[in-house]
Amino acid sequence: MPEHSILQRAHFEQLLGALKTRGYRVIGPTVRDGAIVYDDLNSTDDLPVGWTDEQEGGTYRLKRRGDAALFGYVVGPHSWKRFLHPPAVRLWQANRTGKNIQIEEEKHAAPKMAFLGVRACELHAISIQDKVFLGGSFVDPLYKARREGAFLVAVNCGQAGNTCFCASMNAGPKADFGFDLALTEIIEGSEHYFLAEAGTPLGEEILQELEHRPAENIEVEKAGSIHEKTAQQMGRTVDTTGIKDLLYANMEHPRWDDVASRCLACSNCTMVCPTCFCTTVEDVTDLKGDHAERWQKWDSCFTADFSYIHGGSVRSSTKSRYRQWMTHKLASWIDQFGSSGCVGCGRCITWCPVAIDLTEEVRVIRATDIRTKSMAKETDDGNTGTNPR
Amino acid sequence: MKRIRKPKLAVWKFASCDGCQLSLLDCEDELLAVAGKIEIANFPEASSKIVKGPYDLSLVEGSITTPHDEIRIHEVRRASKFLVTIGACATAGGIQALRNFKDVKEFISIVYAHPEYISTLNKSTPIADHVKVDFELRGCPINKDQLLEVIRAYLHGSKPNTPAYSVCMECKRCGTVCVMVAHGTPCLGPITHDGCGAICPSYNRGCYGCFGPKETPNTDSLAARFSELGATNQDIVQVLRNFNAWAEPFRRESEAHEKKVRKNKDNSR
Repeated sequence: MPEHSILQRAHFEQLLGALKTRGYRVIGPTVRDGAIVYDDLNSTDDLPVGWTDEQEGGTYRLKRRGDAALFGYVVGPHSWKRFLHPPAVRLWQANRTGKNIQIEEEKHAAPKMAFLGVRACELHAISIQDKVFLGGSFVDPLYKARREGAFLVAVNCGQAGNTCFCASMNAGPKADFGFDLALTEIIEGSEHYFLAEAGTPLGEEILQELEHRPAENIEVEKAGSIHEKTAQQMGRTVDTTGIKDLLYANMEHPRWDDVASRCLACSNCTMVCPTCFCTTVEDVTDLKGDHAERWQKWDSCFTADFSYIHGGSVRSSTKSRYRQWMTHKLASWIDQFGSSGCVGCGRCITWCPVAIDLTEEVRVIRATDIRTKSMAKETDDGNTGTNPR
Repeated sequence: MKRIRKPKLAVWKFASCDGCQLSLLDCEDELLAVAGKIEIANFPEASSKIVKGPYDLSLVEGSITTPHDEIRIHEVRRASKFLVTIGACATAGGIQALRNFKDVKEFISIVYAHPEYISTLNKSTPIADHVKVDFELRGCPINKDQLLEVIRAYLHGSKPNTPAYSVCMECKRCGTVCVMVAHGTPCLGPITHDGCGAICPSYNRGCYGCFGPKETPNTDSLAARFSELGATNQDIVQVLRNFNAWAEPFRRESEAHEKKVRKNKDNSR
């Protein structure tokens, strides 16, 4: 069993101090415009102290808690991909002087970033993006530099939201890998402390710099029961049994037409998804034509341009776009990257303006699987001769 | 060295507020670069010196609202090699297209002392209803950076970067919190064409749809969500009847809800 330490709430500021001393830009949850977003943190006061969130399909509201918890909420509209895989990046510039063209490669700064409050589902999402950007033969140098410089402080969720389903996706609620430090926040009466666990030598080193003491068994058990309780609270569930075959076999399921009638093809689900990684490139030139830049921007499979090839868009209907997104996320991702592309964070449900819920779509397709339906139909047909109507 | 003739630019005004053509003057720093690459041949708002046509690039602002303009737009088309409409009036009929839903003769009789002097059409219509348009730039007003992008693309023979996807794309890239999900504010962003840089949501306001319908807009589903958030049919009509009221998807949706308003009134009688 890994060693656990107790870090008092009163000493929490020391963690931010230790990270800043080492030159980290500390980024974490903070309240802005009625939501908990990820942004720079100057001190513990910038955290959403005493706030929680209530989420449902298409709805997110901040509420006051009865205590002064630092991490008493789940995930908001932002994810860490905003920092590891930024929404817009210049890739290179070119300048023309006379007949010469000079290409200037972009020197990407590799910022040292410390992420404070990374949830288990988000650790899984980061590891999925690691596979996408670093796993194959073509490594994304920008992502690599940002990823290598990142220090991850995980926080185990003390509660689950109404759109959470990480337990179904085996992606939480307890952080089991991929962190430098992991914390569980415990509040009992006047007691307010964190059970801390180091995941890397650097995490251990930083932990040693903070005022702490070894944890008692009972404190470790308390944290364990918090994780268990959270796992029981999941607002959504998905049965992932044979999900790949299920979706592959149901490409022509009528449910796709139904969801297309509701889907706005606005791209919000893909933008908030912590694993969606697609980008487009945009070439920008000045009026004179002497200076050009190539920008990489977050893109979405919900736009017509996304599947544009010679002659038009391959996926011209919203039906085909939603089906592509959900089938990729839950099924073909497994073939492509060896795991599901979904971590059960629930963002696509909460931040869909019209509350489309992929867990519900999976449920309906499973309940009306066209394979079993067509079998039933065959039986019906076979019976018509002996069963006059 | 052979002197290359600069392409000639003309700016034309129909029924409009001038805001879009002013975007060109608003380019300030870039305006000199524009003038360096293109001859501003016919732009009365900027210069009284008018060079005769034909013109290589025409920017057309405003909608067609009078019998005179109905003829004039054909003259503009004949004098233009490449015609770009700029703004919501020229591409969708503008705010003045609100007349299209009513009886304009009734307005005239009420507003003017001598209605007989007024010669106007029943409907305000976009330029593309009358002549072939080579490119439509959206917005009320247009975004000046997009205008420069269109001029730049024209000069270099490339496709301008003016994506037809939703405002949500830009909102999310900026990291703005969704006003609809987090505040319950009705927002046209999910059915509106990108181009403004998602300004309103970044000030905690819902999108007004200044850039008109995006590609594949599902107005029906968004309107249903507005109802769930507490909007009445009348509210939905009003939200869609703005600068782009006559743009087909917005018009169809607002008319559907207007019918419901009438039906409810009839039923309550």
